[in-house]
Amino acid sequence: MLKINNLQAGVEDKAILRGINLEVNPGEVHAIMGPNGSGKSTLASVIAGKEEYEVTEGEILLNNEDIEELSAEERAHKGIFLSFQYPVEIPGVSVTNFMKAAINETRRAKGLEEMPAKDMLKLIREKSELLEIDRKFLSRSLNEGFSGGEKKRNEIFQMAMLEPKLAILDETDSGLDIDALRIVANGVNKLKSKDNAVIVITHYQRLLDYIVPDFVHVLYNGKIVKSGGKELAHELEEKGYDWIKEEVNA
Amino acid sequence: MELKEKLISSFLAFENRIDIDSPVHDVRSEAIKIFETQGFPSKKDEAWKYTSLKSVLKHDYSVFPKSENSIEYHDVKKYFIHDIDSYKIVFIDGRYSSHLSQTTHDGLDVCLMSAALNKPKYQLIIKNYFNKIAPKDSLTSLNTAFSQEGAYIQIPKNKVVDKPIQIIHLSTGNESALMQQPRNLIVVNENSHVQIIERHQSLTENPVLTNSVTEIFANKRAIVDYYKVQNDNEHASLIDNTFINQKQESHCSVHTFSFGGKLTRNNLNFYQNGERIDSTLKGVTIIGNKQHVDHNTMVHHIEPNCESHQDYKGIFDDGSTGVFNGKVLVNKEAQKTNAFQANNNILVSDKASINTKPQLEIFADDVKCSHGCTIGQLDESALFYMRSRGIPEKEAKALLMYAFSNNVLSSVKIPELKQRINRIIATKLGVNIGFDL
Repeated sequence: MLKINNLQAGVEDKAILRGINLEVNPGEVHAIMGPNGSGKSTLASVIAGKEEYEVTEGEILLNNEDIEELSAEERAHKGIFLSFQYPVEIPGVSVTNFMKAAINETRRAKGLEEMPAKDMLKLIREKSELLEIDRKFLSRSLNEGFSGGEKKRNEIFQMAMLEPKLAILDETDSGLDIDALRIVANGVNKLKSKDNAVIVITHYQRLLDYIVPDFVHVLYNGKIVKSGGKELAHELEEKGYDWIKEEVNA
Repeated sequence: MELKEKLISSFLAFENRIDIDSPVHDVRSEAIKIFETQGFPSKKDEAWKYTSLKSVLKHDYSVFPKSENSIEYHDVKKYFIHDIDSYKIVFIDGRYSSHLSQTTHDGLDVCLMSAALNKPKYQLIIKNYFNKIAPKDSLTSLNTAFSQEGAYIQIPKNKVVDKPIQIIHLSTGNESALMQQPRNLIVVNENSHVQIIERHQSLTENPVLTNSVTEIFANKRAIVDYYKVQNDNEHASLIDNTFINQKQESHCSVHTFSFGGKLTRNNLNFYQNGERIDSTLKGVTIIGNKQHVDHNTMVHHIEPNCESHQDYKGIFDDGSTGVFNGKVLVNKEAQKTNAFQANNNILVSDKASINTKPQLEIFADDVKCSHGCTIGQLDESALFYMRSRGIPEKEAKALLMYAFSNNVLSSVKIPELKQRINRIIATKLGVNIGFDL
């Protein structure tokens, strides 16, 4: 589904990603871990198409198609979804209206009619129940005044609404208490299928107790320096990142 | 002949046509003298520093339209809020159109300024209210000198007017260039409530210059909600002078939606003559090309325990220019005043510009006054967030701009009007986003 070959990218002459190789197949959950500043969020943003990053080398293939020239919205239409580490507040646009715009624009891009209002309401009801989201919450301005937990839950609600092929969860666990973490993880697990894939970016192993990865990769200094199974996450939790750094620098 | 000279000589002709014994004759004569002395304002005047009338004064305007024109309702229906029942006072090239209007004298007066100025039964009202709060500046005086037609609205005590009143000025372009001087007088008595929508619309590309004056008197506990829809074509210019005198515990709001026109200048002045008064001034400006919109507001807090709320949003594209000059004046006696002012702007293009200037003159020592103005671009991180959800760049920008102006729209109390404004905004931004704005 996703194949990244020797990806190098940065911002204004500053190299951040220095040759990433990663392959994600349908049905898989990959965790990307690593110390602060290793390039985890940059990788997520580059895959999602954030324009301020420049790709200097390598390629990102989605179902064998190079997506480098595609805009963020075109990537979204092809099924890429990024759950933001810091969701942006948009006063004046309600959660519901935002989702209507997102779904109908995606449908329009695929040459489909707008979703009938009745179906839209049903979908919203179904998915908000999955994330245990109160109806009143949906008429509030997007992310405005939301608590950290509400913002993250809202991200996963959007993911549930859009049903992406490839979901990238960027530090979705940060700022979540244990109950919110459980709800969010439960939502992600219910959305998982053999046809889609999830990349979980996290600093800590905590979230991976709930969303169990098939593969764990350690990102350090813009490169994946170690890959393994879920036991690697436990090892990192116990020992920290210093031994990885030492291994790499040795 | 320069426009100024033409207007002065036209005044003599105008005087001959109207009743010289009319009580307002002296008022008119004095007004033309003021205009003669002061002339049109120029950029040398502090209040006109960023708005030049030069380009709109160059045309050879007809001052009195020669012929009467009729228009069929279905041709102009779209300029009305037509899906609600309303009173209508409609003018075509400055003349009253009985055909398009729906006036009343049944329990309230929704009728014509010409009637109020000429009929003896209105003499007392004219004596008490006409030209009583309009200041003696050149443009207001020019209007006063030629004041003859417009809307006259009088709401007696304890009356909630059952439907909104629409004041619509249409110009047909039968004259190669037309200058109009509409004059409105609105008197709302104790405990009464009225909603008014005003719109000026030119139907051709011939230049139109409208110099309008509206005086509004809100007596004790009156509620007046006034909406100005400024979406004219790019050959029409409007100088709107609106003066509101409020008595104790009255609530007045003016919403100004400026989406069109070549040059639009809004002089909006509130005078708070009583305690516990609430004044609201809100505006959304969305313009492009070479359009120019200038909001010049003044709230005069004269007595204690009053509030004023100003909130103006502007979105400027292409080479458009905007001005916001908001003055809050708090008298020494006006303790416990709460005065808020905000002016936020987005410049969509590098060539667009906005000059914004809050002016606070506070002579009382126990007041809460705040003001803030911002000028910025669209938030890039918000754009990426929306695009990453599949909303294309153009629609994402439009949605952000809509959201930006939304809190001004949220206080519009007529749902059909709000819907109409939303639709104008969507058209203006050239989008059809996945939900009804």
